[in-house]
Amino acid sequence: MGTALAIVWMKDLLSVIMLSGIYGLLSASFFVAMDAVDVAFTEAAVGAGISTLLMLVAITMTGHKEHHSRHKPFLALAVVMVTGGLLIYGTFDMPSYGSSMAPIHMQVAPRYLNDSMQEIGVPNIVTSVLASYRGFDTFGEVVVIFTAGIGVLALLSAVYRSEEITKIHLLNDSMHEQHLILRIVSKMLIPFILLFALYVQFHGDFGPGGGFQAGVIFAAAIILYIMVFGMSTARRVINQPFIKLLAATGVLLYGSVGVFSLFSGKNFLDYNALSANPIAGQHLGILLVELGVGITVASIMVIIFFSFSGSHVPPKRQQKSTGENNAS
Amino acid sequence: MIMDHYNYWIVVVLMMIGFYIVIAHGNLIKKIVGLTIFQTSVFIFYISMAKVDGGTAPILAEGIVQYSNPLPHVLILTAIVVGIATTALALALTVRIKEAYGSIEEEEIQQQDNLN
Repeated sequence: MGTALAIVWMKDLLSVIMLSGIYGLLSASFFVAMDAVDVAFTEAAVGAGISTLLMLVAITMTGHKEHHSRHKPFLALAVVMVTGGLLIYGTFDMPSYGSSMAPIHMQVAPRYLNDSMQEIGVPNIVTSVLASYRGFDTFGEVVVIFTAGIGVLALLSAVYRSEEITKIHLLNDSMHEQHLILRIVSKMLIPFILLFALYVQFHGDFGPGGGFQAGVIFAAAIILYIMVFGMSTARRVINQPFIKLLAATGVLLYGSVGVFSLFSGKNFLDYNALSANPIAGQHLGILLVELGVGITVASIMVIIFFSFSGSHVPPKRQQKSTGENNAS
Repeated sequence: MIMDHYNYWIVVVLMMIGFYIVIAHGNLIKKIVGLTIFQTSVFIFYISMAKVDGGTAPILAEGIVQYSNPLPHVLILTAIVVGIATTALALALTVRIKEAYGSIEEEEIQQQDNLN
């Protein structure tokens, strides 16, 4: 909470964003304390990692000083106080924290907890609910992520200016050669991060993990590579059209599992259609669907980062804040 | 008895901090950070509802009888990743606004709009 309060007072957007990274990490630890390990995993990678980086890249393009606003803060404060007071008044009707008799634990949750082992055969209930019981919802989420990625591409690809970009690249590259320790350390770390992402991806049935977490971690490794070795090297290593193709392939993989089960005479995304043995069918279905999710999430995050840092940037600011990126 | 609801109060306070940033600050990036705080408070709200006293993470294992509710975990897990994708979209829009107006301060943008 202190972090969030500090965000209100800070005028320098750079420190605001650093604080929001800390805030993300703290809320991840909240989630661990409340037994939501899968969620904590995702929040640590997203809140403290990728969102901080994206905001940093964005402020390199927009400037990082906030002007003094001439709004009256008292009106806003009054609105906030009234709303907060009403919300707190509302909480008195809520079930108390940690109560096992709360209505939320009475509906579908017992079925997931008691029957999912027989029906799905996957110890991690979060994975079985995510990919099997509520597979259709997850499909929707993946499509939303895909659409957001396309949106970012559409908004930012118009900003390209080829001459300036090459100029920035030269500048970037000279700067990147100076960070020798950083380069060597990240060169050693990146394979392990990628390996860890794959572990999270394929071990998601048994421990915390799954496509969403793996996708974000994988993307974080690639983004680290882009930051340390510069855009032009990264462009040579990572084929842009290929990544765009991958993003679409992930969604397609997910959708085609659903359509396959439709054609086999079952419901959309009913994995029992995939194999004669229902448990094996569920396992295969979850594996394929999580793979689709992982591929889409990872490639969309990389695409978003590429289109942000590839667009037009005033050279001076770029250098300064990339240095900050590295330091973080 | 009263302290049984402290998790909701933390959520409300965080939410109101986020809300205050969104309505009281003119800088678009700062507004996005405010929205992120607001969003995270909703995440904490859901996860705190899933918590069961004496329960553990919802991964089935021998000898454990009490688990937390897995359903809110699933909802929030996907919501976080969708949240970052939409935040990225918001940032992209901000960058485009900077291109078009030369500023990301709400007042300056409105002034320019009024002039035209």
